[in-house]
Amino acid sequence: MIGGFIVVIAIIYLIRLFGLQISDSKYKDYADNNAFLRKTVYPSRGLIYDRNDSLVVFNQPAYDVMMIPRDVHDFDTIDFCNTLQISPETFQKRLATMKSSPNYSSYTPQTLITHLSAQDYGRLQEKLYRYPGFFIQKRILRQYNYHSAGNILGNIREVSQADIKRDPYYESGDYCGDLGIEKSYDHHLRGVKGKEILIRDARGRIRGRYDNGARDIAPVSGRNLKLSIDIGLQQYAESLMVNKIGAVVAIEPATGEILAMVSSPTYDPTLLIGRARGKNYKMLVDDPQKPLFDRALQGAYPPGSTFKPSQGLIFLQEGIVNLATPYPCYRGFVNGRLRVGCHGHASPITLKPALQTSCNAYFCWGFKAMVDNKRSKYGSSANAFEVWKKHLVSLGYGYKLGVDLPHEGRGFIPNEKFYNKIYGEGHWSANTIISVSIGQGEILATPLQIANLCATVANRGWFITPHVVKEIQDTLLAPEYLEKRLPTIDSKYFEDVAEGMRMAVTGGTCRLANLPDIEVCGKTGTAQNPHGRDHSAFIGFAPYRDPKIAVCVYVENAGFGATYGVPIGSLVIEKYLTGHISPARKYLEERMLESNTIIYSGVKKH
Amino acid sequence: MRDYRNPNAGTLKHLDWFTVILYLLLVIAGVISIYAASYDFDHASIFSFEEFSGKQIRWIGLSLLLGGFLLVIDARMYETYAYPIYFAMLLLLLVTIFVAPDIKGSRSWLVFGPMSLQPAEFAKSATALALAKLFSSYNFNLNAKGSNYVKALAIIFVPVLFILAQKETGSALVYLSLFFVLYREGMSWLVLFAALVAVVIFVVAIKFTESTVIGMPVGEFAVMVMVMTLMVGMLVLYVRRFEIARNVFLWFAGTAIVESVLSKWDLHLTGYAYFLSVLGVAVGYCLFEMLRVEAKKLSITVLTVVLSVAFLFSVNFVFSHMMPHQQKRIQVALGVIDDPRGDGYNVNQAKIAIGSGGVTGKGFLKGTQTKLKYVPEQHTDFIFCTIGEEEGYLGTTTVILLFLMLILRVISLAERQPTTFARVYAYCVASYLIFHFCINIGMVIGVCPVIGIPLPFFSYGGSSLWGFTILLFILLRLDASRSSRLTQ
Repeated sequence: MIGGFIVVIAIIYLIRLFGLQISDSKYKDYADNNAFLRKTVYPSRGLIYDRNDSLVVFNQPAYDVMMIPRDVHDFDTIDFCNTLQISPETFQKRLATMKSSPNYSSYTPQTLITHLSAQDYGRLQEKLYRYPGFFIQKRILRQYNYHSAGNILGNIREVSQADIKRDPYYESGDYCGDLGIEKSYDHHLRGVKGKEILIRDARGRIRGRYDNGARDIAPVSGRNLKLSIDIGLQQYAESLMVNKIGAVVAIEPATGEILAMVSSPTYDPTLLIGRARGKNYKMLVDDPQKPLFDRALQGAYPPGSTFKPSQGLIFLQEGIVNLATPYPCYRGFVNGRLRVGCHGHASPITLKPALQTSCNAYFCWGFKAMVDNKRSKYGSSANAFEVWKKHLVSLGYGYKLGVDLPHEGRGFIPNEKFYNKIYGEGHWSANTIISVSIGQGEILATPLQIANLCATVANRGWFITPHVVKEIQDTLLAPEYLEKRLPTIDSKYFEDVAEGMRMAVTGGTCRLANLPDIEVCGKTGTAQNPHGRDHSAFIGFAPYRDPKIAVCVYVENAGFGATYGVPIGSLVIEKYLTGHISPARKYLEERMLESNTIIYSGVKKH
Repeated sequence: MRDYRNPNAGTLKHLDWFTVILYLLLVIAGVISIYAASYDFDHASIFSFEEFSGKQIRWIGLSLLLGGFLLVIDARMYETYAYPIYFAMLLLLLVTIFVAPDIKGSRSWLVFGPMSLQPAEFAKSATALALAKLFSSYNFNLNAKGSNYVKALAIIFVPVLFILAQKETGSALVYLSLFFVLYREGMSWLVLFAALVAVVIFVVAIKFTESTVIGMPVGEFAVMVMVMTLMVGMLVLYVRRFEIARNVFLWFAGTAIVESVLSKWDLHLTGYAYFLSVLGVAVGYCLFEMLRVEAKKLSITVLTVVLSVAFLFSVNFVFSHMMPHQQKRIQVALGVIDDPRGDGYNVNQAKIAIGSGGVTGKGFLKGTQTKLKYVPEQHTDFIFCTIGEEEGYLGTTTVILLFLMLILRVISLAERQPTTFARVYAYCVASYLIFHFCINIGMVIGVCPVIGIPLPFFSYGGSSLWGFTILLFILLRLDASRSSRLTQ
């Protein structure tokens, strides 16, 4: 019987061992989780240079204190806090914060304290053997050489649950780009994370590398980017826009490269580094002037008279006018009871002088001739309007241009259906919507779109999708930033519009932009708006024969285009093309640097 | 005929080489496992005397010398000097309590310079010799008179008391296995049966406490139902009075139906009131029947029922008066609570080590659980983990089969002994081996509580190895001379 007893026991044990060792595979995972600490090795994030190879964004190391709660044994909390120079209360608070995180697990590394200073890191590293379960994770933070271009560069932040769900590359605790090119080029900048497999004993001490590091995965550094931005020009344009609300966009017409893109008020990108990020981010979000809102990309403004070159192009293309077609202007467009005001100049007037003097009446008549002609090839006002709209869309209005930055706005160009909805089918005509012909009314455009029109005229009939990244290390730029886009308007008509814009500088509304050595072409805009004083706008390019830069300036509630738009635009052109401001124009620069138009914002006109 | 000039002639010829080979296999496998268990990044040679494995090889060498020495001693000497050896050993155990240094709370180690010995390991063979001597005394019959039980139990329990005083609970519990010997030598099966019933009641009552049935914990409810079943079962199978069994069964069944019907309106008796009254009536009925029928078996049945219920109450009482860490150990072992960080840590890590081995294991010296010290006491009490992790199911099966063969061989040796002395001694050896084997492997794979006793021949340590070597080689010596005794 005793023999039988022991045989039964042995069989029970063999069955039990079968269960443990063969039918249940979870113990293998447990053993691996015990023995192997899989430590993420973060790659260095791609560096960002400007078009002249000035380093704009680079990396600085930061150290996070990580803990695997399961591996933490009792330890000297006071000594730990002293080492990190934090109070025990802070420590307890952080511990509580960590535990309340939705990603919390006692089996995986949890971030206890982020962004340790180099000194704290050094001190903790020496004592780390006393704190099993803790380790230091090296991270990459961003650092900026210039306090500029925050809206273009963006910043990095810790990934959210949504990011992890969207992109399986991310794990809790990783950083990803937020806003600007950090976001749109995140895939290029972030590189590929590496893994280091360390052997860890029961006390949480690291006993070496597993298999001598043979199974480690080396991180791959992110790709460096070369911006099309000229950081000097960017800084200069930002300084001109201080105390103003609005945007400046400068494009190299031949390449579509954005040379500068200012949204004002702007913010210092260094505010969003490291531990201070959360606090400062909230401050920026709460700022009533919305510095995080990129007015150059997202702002939807009435283009005002900067719209007129596009009108001239459409009229020429559609055969509504030729260069000799005159329209009357009796201090404005008068048709029945409708009246659109204009200012004093000769009448009747043809296209080039109309551009030169920014005659409202000319473009109203032209629009009416196109849309209201019952015997025209279009058949109806609505059809004519759709043709008009398609030309504008081909010039880059109404839809996103496709810039390589996130959150681009699309502006607004109404279509036939839009007006049918408001007025009813057949119940509207050119007179009903006459203000769209001078860039008012329902028309909205982003400063980028307005600048793009300027670049298209500068190129005499084509543009390349504007973009801020010029080169990506080891990779080609996306093809859409290399291909010419042709509008539906014949390139032969552009020369005339360019000439009109040249005349505006030499003897029209933009005389302040008439530089002695450089042939500048321009067009002002003074946009009425429901928010107060008129917006001051300007588009211009130079040199006339061989354009190197096309600029759009848009200053909210600053009055006439000539008072703020033209000076700022011409200063940006001068600065870019000559590298300095001539002494004769210093007064203008000073005035712009010191003026304040924010005070007019939100003030109703009386 | 016995050769008086050379009493050892024929020892080698009659030596049970099968057992010797099993012994050598286990010891060699043991030292290899110790080497693997204590292998480190800064490892040294397996033969280095600085390493556990090197030291163990030295112990093995000395064990073989000791074994050889034990084989050349005249077999009759063991019988002759059984009591002197026993009393000398008791004295040593007693002295140890007072002179031994405190090592992790236990006072069981005698330190001789670089060497430490644990007398408790050697007391096993002395006790076995004494018990064998008692049973082999002239006309000794365990059941003849009560004083014989007292003598046998005294031989067993005096060393147990001394070892308990040394705070070596595990080693002391080993002696309980000698009840197997008493059973073989005539003790009623009822004692082992009662022990089995007690273990079942204990486990069921403590393990299942989370929900309640008719106002009592489900475990205790189950125990009560088991007691009722046991009563009817004993009346049928043991007392063999079917009409009594039928009446009791009908009484139980009837009251159970009434109880369950009443419970629909919450009019039922709660838990203990119900069981105690129903069982009380049944016991009273049996007592009444005892006036008419053969009383002995019926009284044993009644006694079983009463003691079972009393035991249930005492389990509750004792358990609630235990030290919290003892309670926890029992609860962890029974799977009542899961505590992988605290008391369950050792067992949990041991299970991970063994479970991660798979079929063929991670390979010699490749076990991470043992190398990185996740498994505690890995070269001593938890040595089986190393085998499980590095050699997998094949390794653990081999070890279990080796032990099974050894134990069965010892039992068969016991049964072929012509003398009571040798037979009782051999059963003692088998009992010790069974207990160590069951408890050590059982605790490592998480089926019984953690009781710190070594795996014979495997675990690191000279005392354990020597203790079992002595046990086994005295048996081999006795066995080798059995033919001469036959012809004596």
